[in-house]
Amino acid sequence: MTQKTMHTSDFRPLDVQAIRGDFPIFSDTPPLAFLDSAASTQTPRPVVEAMDAYYDTYRSNIHRGIYRISEEATEQHENARKKLAHLINAPRTSQIVFTRNTTESINLVAYSWGSINISQGDEIVLTDLEHHSNLVPWQMLAQRTGATLRYLEITDQGLLDFTQLQDLLSEKTKLVAITHVSNVLGTINPIQSVIDAAHAAGAKVLIDAAQSVPHFHVDVQQLDCDFLAFSGHKMCGPTGVGVLYGKLDLLEEMPPFLGGGSMIRSVERDISTYADVPAKFEAGTPSIAEAIGLGAAADYITQAGLASIHVHEQELIKYAHDRLQDIEGITIYGPAPHQKAGVISFNIDGIHPHDVAGILDTHNIAIRAGHHCAQPLMKKLDVIATARASFYLYNTLEDVDRLYEALQKAQALMIRRKQ
Amino acid sequence: MNIYQEELLDHYENPCNYGTLPNPDISHEEDNPLCGDRIRMDLLVEDDIIKEVRFCGHGCTISLAAASMLTEKIEGKTLTEIKNLSRDDIMDMIGIPLGPVRVKCALLALKVLKAGAYGIKGWPGEEGE
Repeated sequence: MTQKTMHTSDFRPLDVQAIRGDFPIFSDTPPLAFLDSAASTQTPRPVVEAMDAYYDTYRSNIHRGIYRISEEATEQHENARKKLAHLINAPRTSQIVFTRNTTESINLVAYSWGSINISQGDEIVLTDLEHHSNLVPWQMLAQRTGATLRYLEITDQGLLDFTQLQDLLSEKTKLVAITHVSNVLGTINPIQSVIDAAHAAGAKVLIDAAQSVPHFHVDVQQLDCDFLAFSGHKMCGPTGVGVLYGKLDLLEEMPPFLGGGSMIRSVERDISTYADVPAKFEAGTPSIAEAIGLGAAADYITQAGLASIHVHEQELIKYAHDRLQDIEGITIYGPAPHQKAGVISFNIDGIHPHDVAGILDTHNIAIRAGHHCAQPLMKKLDVIATARASFYLYNTLEDVDRLYEALQKAQALMIRRKQ
Repeated sequence: MNIYQEELLDHYENPCNYGTLPNPDISHEEDNPLCGDRIRMDLLVEDDIIKEVRFCGHGCTISLAAASMLTEKIEGKTLTEIKNLSRDDIMDMIGIPLGPVRVKCALLALKVLKAGAYGIKGWPGEEGE
């Protein structure tokens, strides 16, 4: 990330102990060391309370009822949309489309935008770092249309190889779909350069921001990206709600994704006209409580300060690299700490990552082990799977210490008789 | 109970019947798409009875220990008896409770065996679902 994208003005150190007090899951002694926020984060009380308030005091459907609580539900739902627009600095609130998650947001673009913009011979540029959610929808689109996928590769350090970018881009390139932060390696991609180069070649750009929006300030106007997708459950919000941001002219020209209630203007037997953006893309009763909860989550991380969260995670990742690299036989994947977000993927010689995670679990430490929904990247790294620890605003240096100590115990247990 | 107990670790470190057979009557391998663990089972069968069995592959403690224990269990048994082995039989054999993800690690070897012998697809215990 460049300094430009970070709001330094709102920086103040995080009060991590106060933050942890908002998360009942950390109230045990010793507390859960939760190091899997890249998969899904924990939920603070204000988010749960916002959803409870909906269910307890004004539960009703939105955009329909002519009665008080339905009007309140509509207002709160739309207020959440404003908060999300503010979070990423979208020019208009209507550019925030509520979806289920990042995956659905990307599928929406692949189906809707793809159906009128991609055809035989076109090219879509992806990278080695993509999560399956920003890969499989494009494969499916390519199979439907006869388009070709091309990949920007990574260097041995786990950084995108920019020397390849100009060769990949041509008049055939219609879209560059790229992750802002790798969910496996933590690599923070210099997406501004990618966006600028793609636009110069006449291509649109979709950013998978699932691992960036929760962790540092992302400004869609500054980036000038065409689409940006992220999930609520990776930013202290509930599961079941995510966001698609799009440029207004693109969203307006795109056909609907799912058909049904709410997304229409008028319906006749053989033909319908569709509602304006964003309703056009929000068929059926949405996840109302979850959208309201996500609005509260946006408030929560904004109040904590995204610059503060980023600095805190930088401290944790540097400390984790320092400690873990002392472990004999460890391989840490990806770039140096200053080039990445709070994600550390590793393997220890002689111990399967599932066993690493299983043993850590017996010490009340939660990490992820597996292919992290990035099988092509696993192949590139020449591994079956990795263990991965990831950090968020509630993690502490003690969590890293416990990780280090438990890894040493795992090693003692598993490698005792092999030596 | 801790899943990293002695018996499992023993099987993991010193697996029984590890390797391949030169001319197996049945040879089959599959992976667990959740984690990429991969197990191959080779069988020599005479008159429906399993004369020899070998397994090989890569995986976590649970998947390799379960495969090792399973090979011990099935030698001398009939193929029909293998077909009747259930998810519960494997859980009894492992002897410790496993969560829903690690259960698949434990069941991989039996899945490979049933697929190789009978073409049964799907995870033991879920075939009818």
